[in-house]
Amino acid sequence: MSAALIAQVAIGGLLMGLVYALVAAGLSLIFGLMDVVNFAHGELLMLAMYATFVIHENSGLDPLLQLPLVAVILFALGVAIYRGLISRALDVRFNTGMVQIFVTFGLSIFLVGAAQLTFGSDFRSINDGFLSNRTASIGSVVLPLSQLAAGLVCLIAFAALVLMSRTEFGRALEATREDRDAVALIGIDRQRVFSIGWGIGAATVGIAGVMLANFYYISPTVGSNFALIAYVTVALGGFGSLLGALVAGLVVGLAEALTALVIDPSLKQIGIFAIYVLVLMVRPRGLFGRL
Amino acid sequence: MNLPFRPNAITRRRRRELLVGAVLLALLGLLPLPIGNVYLRGLIVLTLLYAGLSQGWNVLGGYCGQISLGHALYFGIGAYASTILFTRFGIPPTLGMFAGGVLAALAALLLGWPCFRLSGHYYAIATLVIGLMAELLVQNWGFVNAAMGVTIPFHTRSWVNLEFRVGVLPFHYVMLAYTAIAWIIAWLVEGSRWGFYWRAVKDDGTAAQSLAVRVFPSKMAAASISGAITGVGGALYAQYIGFIDPDSTLGLSLSVLIALPAVVGGVGTLWGPLIGAAVLIPLQQLSAAWLGGAGGGVDLMIYGALIVALALARPQGLVSLFGVRSRSGGEVADDV
Repeated sequence: MSAALIAQVAIGGLLMGLVYALVAAGLSLIFGLMDVVNFAHGELLMLAMYATFVIHENSGLDPLLQLPLVAVILFALGVAIYRGLISRALDVRFNTGMVQIFVTFGLSIFLVGAAQLTFGSDFRSINDGFLSNRTASIGSVVLPLSQLAAGLVCLIAFAALVLMSRTEFGRALEATREDRDAVALIGIDRQRVFSIGWGIGAATVGIAGVMLANFYYISPTVGSNFALIAYVTVALGGFGSLLGALVAGLVVGLAEALTALVIDPSLKQIGIFAIYVLVLMVRPRGLFGRL
Repeated sequence: MNLPFRPNAITRRRRRELLVGAVLLALLGLLPLPIGNVYLRGLIVLTLLYAGLSQGWNVLGGYCGQISLGHALYFGIGAYASTILFTRFGIPPTLGMFAGGVLAALAALLLGWPCFRLSGHYYAIATLVIGLMAELLVQNWGFVNAAMGVTIPFHTRSWVNLEFRVGVLPFHYVMLAYTAIAWIIAWLVEGSRWGFYWRAVKDDGTAAQSLAVRVFPSKMAAASISGAITGVGGALYAQYIGFIDPDSTLGLSLSVLIALPAVVGGVGTLWGPLIGAAVLIPLQQLSAAWLGGAGGGVDLMIYGALIVALALARPQGLVSLFGVRSRSGGEVADDV
């Protein structure tokens, strides 16, 4: 096993880790804001990938150029999910925690079914985008351009998310997270903050979905795998922590790539899970989690 | 003797529950006799199985309030233990299912040790991840035939080996016995000291601890009972279907299906899992059979929409339609 190969695999893993980090950031944002775990998070990713595919097929618009469009579509979808389902689940008077879990679970099953009905179970992929089949080489490390771009775009989106948390709205988010009842007294509309929070959470997944569609297969169940990794990433980094999501995403991406290289590709997720279980036992609130 | 925390009214209600349970058992015993259709009988067998499984989930998820999304793990342990003991070592499943139950209970204790330090969503996600990890490992484990699964060869009709050619009628009574025993265990623990501890832990762990309830051992007790019931159910499923593989015995969708009857019927109630299974399993099976065909997806849409609708419309469970009160906490579940 040469050093070049290890470097190649490690950089590939870190780039994928940036995608995982962005997916996890959306999940973490929603959880931090209102204590709701979105079990349909992977299905939002799946929808973003299909949206990219369909727009590309019908208009020939390159996935890269679709970024703002799909992000807006997903934002609207996130707001709609909050308004239609989540706000109701939050108002329920019995078993609130359980209702939230099963409402988003039900939604994820519904969305998988809807995708299956619309697109069938076949795997799709985009092969003729601007980024397809191009590579970039750094020294002896050769990387597909699509993965490099995915890592970069996700990093930029991540930076935007951090900048947003410094704005007026970001402070409103933080205030609502601290005390969702008290914020009404200082003129913050809780419903509005929650819906926009869902919109942003979904839009970040949308961006990750567009970039993934450049090099990853698309199928109705593609989301479950990414969602699983997102849960591990968020639990690893600490729920509600953006920095935690970034660090954990990189760790997970690296662990996955190295496990695939050293042990076996079909066991690549075992490396992730092993780290998760270890953190679970040593530091249950995650690396950067607040108590 | 009437202890102060157990007034007469509760004793009377518990006696009435036993009576209703006995009548229901007799009715369910007679149910398949006039039904000739094998598919319909099979549907009832599956419904009984999920009623029992969900009753097991309810001990941990309902009474004790620890929402597990990884119960397929215990199901899979039971199914694989009994099947491997039978196919490799010739040990009959009537014994093997107890081995499966014990192993599942041990696994529940082992996992409870790190996981019960987590609360709420953190716990739910940990169970989900550990369940999927187990599925992944079994998919790559050559000894149990990896992702290909294990077929249980049919020898001869036998109660000891739980093998029946026409299958469905004897299995009806096997599953009915399983569900009845799960129900009796739930009835027993509901009235026991543990039952009171669990409800206290569910409502407010910190407050319970301050009243000298030992929270961690309470959760471990609930987990082991819950795991054992689920493991035995897995073993029975393996004998009923005659084939197991990682996807059907360890998958996330199974974990959800084990939890759902209790959630839909009424979390932390004695009758919830039965009512939930009676509504949910036939709906899910029939919609899959009629609409599921090649790449359909409509069945999943109906199933998903049903879960969302029931969770939002009846958060306290269908059991509230019958005026049954949830025994957890002071809130009354039969208004709204």
